[in-house]
Amino acid sequence: MSDVVISVRELTKRFGDFTAVDRISFDVHRGEIFGFLGANGAGKTTAMRMLCGLSYPTSGSGTVAGFDVMREGEKIKRHIGYMSQRFSLYNDLTVWENMHLFAGIYGLTKRETEVRAVELLTRLNFSQERNTLVGSLPLGWKQKLSFAIATIHRPEVVFLDEPTGGVDPVTRRQFWEMIYEATEGGTTIFVTTHYMDEAEYCSRVSIMVDGEVRALDTPAHLKQQFGAESMDEVFRTLARGAQRGE
Amino acid sequence: MRHNFGSFVKKESLHILRDKRTMLVVMLIPVVLMVLFGFAISTEVNNVNVAVVAPERTDGVSDAVERLAHNDYFTFCGYIDESEIDKELRTGEVGAVVVFATDYDRRVAQMAEGVPTAPLIQLIVDASNINTASSATTYMQGVLLGTQSQQAMFETRMMFNPQMRSAYNFVPGIMGLIFILVCAMMTSVSIVREKEMGTMEVLLVSPVRPVKIIFAKMIPYFAISCVVLVSILLLARYLLGVPMSGGVWGIFSLSLLYLMLSLALGLLVSTIAKTQMAALLISAMVMMMPILMLSGMLFPIENLPIFFQWVSNIVPARWYIDAVRKMMIQGLPMMAVWKNCAILLGMTVVIMGVSLKKFNDKLE
Amino acid sequence: MNAIEIHNLSKSYGKHKALDDISFDVRQGELFGLIGPDGAGKTTLFRLLTTLLRPSAGSATVDGHDIVKEYRAIRSCVGYMPGRFSLYGDLSVEENLNFFAAMFGVTVAESYDLIAPIYSQIEPFRKRRAGKLSGGMKQKLALSCALIHRPKVLLLDEPTTGVDAVSRSEFWDMLAGLKEHGITILVSTPYMDEASRCERIALCNEGRILGIDTPTNIVKAFDKRLYGVSARNMYSLLDRMRHTKGVVDCYPFGERHHMVVDEECDIEHLKMECTDIESFNIVSAEPTIEDMFIKLMKR
Repeated sequence: MSDVVISVRELTKRFGDFTAVDRISFDVHRGEIFGFLGANGAGKTTAMRMLCGLSYPTSGSGTVAGFDVMREGEKIKRHIGYMSQRFSLYNDLTVWENMHLFAGIYGLTKRETEVRAVELLTRLNFSQERNTLVGSLPLGWKQKLSFAIATIHRPEVVFLDEPTGGVDPVTRRQFWEMIYEATEGGTTIFVTTHYMDEAEYCSRVSIMVDGEVRALDTPAHLKQQFGAESMDEVFRTLARGAQRGE
Repeated sequence: MRHNFGSFVKKESLHILRDKRTMLVVMLIPVVLMVLFGFAISTEVNNVNVAVVAPERTDGVSDAVERLAHNDYFTFCGYIDESEIDKELRTGEVGAVVVFATDYDRRVAQMAEGVPTAPLIQLIVDASNINTASSATTYMQGVLLGTQSQQAMFETRMMFNPQMRSAYNFVPGIMGLIFILVCAMMTSVSIVREKEMGTMEVLLVSPVRPVKIIFAKMIPYFAISCVVLVSILLLARYLLGVPMSGGVWGIFSLSLLYLMLSLALGLLVSTIAKTQMAALLISAMVMMMPILMLSGMLFPIENLPIFFQWVSNIVPARWYIDAVRKMMIQGLPMMAVWKNCAILLGMTVVIMGVSLKKFNDKLE
Repeated sequence: MNAIEIHNLSKSYGKHKALDDISFDVRQGELFGLIGPDGAGKTTLFRLLTTLLRPSAGSATVDGHDIVKEYRAIRSCVGYMPGRFSLYGDLSVEENLNFFAAMFGVTVAESYDLIAPIYSQIEPFRKRRAGKLSGGMKQKLALSCALIHRPKVLLLDEPTTGVDAVSRSEFWDMLAGLKEHGITILVSTPYMDEASRCERIALCNEGRILGIDTPTNIVKAFDKRLYGVSARNMYSLLDRMRHTKGVVDCYPFGERHHMVVDEECDIEHLKMECTDIESFNIVSAEPTIEDMFIKLMKR
């Protein structure tokens, strides 16, 4: 297996004469936490939809988890995990039922599901909560649980959409510890966020402005390159020049 | 602070005007329903094929058959033999068979003298469509007996709607349904939408009194309903030929009262529902179902089980539909339905009162 | 008189205490921040102050008016921006503004000088539907609408959530600008890095206040030594440091982990102990609001 999990070249998406994503190219390596940043309307969401197999590019090429983004959208969907702050779990189902539901969606067999669910619950220290309704769990727990469930089918890449917005600092750190642990095991993490302190946790960060990737490096190098104190400053320097809004 | 009320109404109107799709649906639904019920879905007697079995073709029999054949609503298919009845009905060749008794003329004469006699005519009807069957039967009785009706064992006369045209029946029903749909459903959804979006919080925190917020919401929907009302009345009169003999103004004023009632119901729903979906469901389930089932729109109230007859008393549409029928078809003046008006007015006051009380300026 | 005075305010929903015995004051003309995660009770507090909810216990005044008895008075002197996008998406920018002006019985012209620095940025798009604006522009319009009646107190519930970093920064600049008009501002945010933009802040969590002070003083109160550590394998580093003598706490903090050590801990000794860790690096770190928050939460 190659070390590159996501690889895109000159990826472009046009809607009519509007170029939402303009020839972006980058590689994401196994076990990396890749931050994908951009202002509102920079084309972040469109780019991510292509990487998740939800829409096909107008031109360019690329692979995600070994599948072609131009042709194998359905296969990509089966081999990635996705967690968003907005939609994660069903509040009216129990922890166990949610796990079984998503395991079913990703085509795990009954036996695999049992094994995997017990394994995840043990790792989360959640075994005694298996019959608790997800709705009654504290927000931080829900978030950890939804990350765990996003990895239930052992995907190679997990896409996180603003994963820790609104969570208290302690729970947030527990969340990032989970992410670190997952990357230890070789899982690749692809994070999109508005919040630059989330960017600081990434191994490498790309910043999109007006449909193009304007910067791509480790947070330390980016800060150095722009003579900035924080990623927030780097981002503002780049995004201030943006031509288009949402 | 008069001008802020005006801008409230303007804002609500803009919401409605900009939502073109909903607007179109609201305007089109009544028209579609009227046309559907008026023409396509009909329980009325129309082109029923009738065959006749007559052992002797006497004058009396010929007379009766003549009347049948000349009637627009029946098509006379000829005489058949008794043995063919079952086959003809089964294949659907005919919808009804009229069987005359032997000795028909003599027995008619006998009956006229007051001598008791067995039935003279047997009607065999294809009842796979109960509605059509029953109206055909009733109508056919009238036609067959014709001028001899005074001599018959019974007398049935179809008043006001002798052809039993279903449009006559459905127009009041549709009106009872549509106004609940437009007023109650749309007002409740629009109020709940603001709750969901968070704009209601801002409105409540302003010095504007909640009563104003509510009335400003109701006015545009009231206006739309009036347009719908006028178009229904026009369609009923000129497309379906409903007589409206009781006077259009009476029907119009009664409908305005019913509109108010529907708005009040919408407001009540909005105080209960927390999401637009809930508002829709409540409006649909709690309000539409009783109107369809218990208002006399589809099924006569007298045919309902006693318990439901009792329940139907609290369904506002029952009183409205009943009153509109009386005025539209029977041609009674508004005075004749004062009881219905009083009940509707009472309901409006109570519901409006309860919902205004429930719609407080807090979020809890 | 303080612009906002809160005394032992509580709000319960059944058994759940959304707000638990909170007291603090906001001075006239102050820019005061409520910093805390979801579930801290920020929105509940705003709804109590805007009289949308009734307190379970305690009392509060806004601009001298009691939130229970004089709620009508409060509603005319307060400008409020709830957490969600509280504009009409199907009305244009201009229509929204005119509507809110009419609601408060004022005209846009009367307040134009106050909203001009903010509104002028979106005025070129005044015919555009509010629903079609970008996040930052929506925020500016919402703020203009909240200011239209020249409120004495501005209550902003998470105005910067879901908005990109550039717009957020601009938004804080606008708030600073409003201070010149003497408007008292109470603003909430879940983002610790925004705390420094406030004059005073209250850190809150699960219905309680963990600490109130100026951002500088809050950070100063962090009395332990703090270091930033990094290594090639960040995950195993966490576990390793947590089991090292003298280390009180170690948690991820972006590029480096933050490590809190006690008085006895000898850093030189610790460095020696860690020479076996690949690419081990340790630097002294300045505590931030977030470090303080973590410390207060764990206490």
